[in-house]
Amino acid sequence: MRTFYGVMLDTPLMLGTALYPSPAIMAEAFRVSRASVATVSLRREGRQGQAFWDIIRGFGVHVLPNTAGCYSAREAITTAQMAREVFETNWIKLEVIGHADTLQPDPFGLLAATEALAADGFEVFPYTTEDQVLAARLLEAGAQVLMPWGAPIGSGLGLNNRYGLKALRAAFPDVPMVIDAGLGLPSHAADAMEMGFDAVLLNTAVAQAGDPVAMARAFSMAAQAGALAHGADPMAPRDMAAPSTPVLGKAWL
Amino acid sequence: MRIEVNGQAREVTATTVAAALAELGLAAARIATALNGTFVPKAARGDTHLTEGDRLEVLAPMQGG
Repeated sequence: MRTFYGVMLDTPLMLGTALYPSPAIMAEAFRVSRASVATVSLRREGRQGQAFWDIIRGFGVHVLPNTAGCYSAREAITTAQMAREVFETNWIKLEVIGHADTLQPDPFGLLAATEALAADGFEVFPYTTEDQVLAARLLEAGAQVLMPWGAPIGSGLGLNNRYGLKALRAAFPDVPMVIDAGLGLPSHAADAMEMGFDAVLLNTAVAQAGDPVAMARAFSMAAQAGALAHGADPMAPRDMAAPSTPVLGKAWL
Repeated sequence: MRIEVNGQAREVTATTVAAALAELGLAAARIATALNGTFVPKAARGDTHLTEGDRLEVLAPMQGG
């Protein structure tokens, strides 16, 4: 079983904490989905920080701070250091963004920041693409988990490059991987888990659904169904039909 | 002296990061600080001196994806 820096998660669902209609709906989404990780961020002090933190702590889940919105390694490193102090965890979801429209990771900044943070004792969850060369470099730099994107953050497009993701999964069979970003429907989560990914991380698809609580539950069920299916060793697809009802003993009419 | 706190110009009498936070009413808050882009750990705030025009960032827990 692949663990996240030694942590075995109870469920393969990581849920964001942003964009919900209310804190009560967010709390209910966490409760019904049994998400095992909550992502959080740091922003300029608006006097609400402690109250928000108290809500999150009440969920009893692992907390994964992010460096969302950072466009340089330096910015991301400083944000990670601040997050470690505030959230009291070595975990960091490392985002170094390279492009404002796609929110695509900047691979060069990501690698530099991963190297610096891993050397400083952080347990880095790099938000990356399906690029295998970059994946290998991130692992060399000290990351022990990878978080390839499904599609651009908030797009809801699902798994944009199934071939690339499948190849990435196959290339690093021992590395825990989370599909992070771009999921829109529970079927996307099931698909990712059936492909052998270890967890999915989503936010917008739940928080911006008409009924976030129902959608959280749907994603939870889908992710768990996909994980169960992967473990059950799915049949291989074939081009021609093969009857499932026995031919032998059929009446002669 | 005049410093920038979270992008806003502020006049403070404090000469250290710790004193500035106290002056801003944030001494007990769950926050992290950076001065001119460099992280200032909690334990170092008392010894980190401010100079005119410094940029102090004070960040707190917030929703995130």
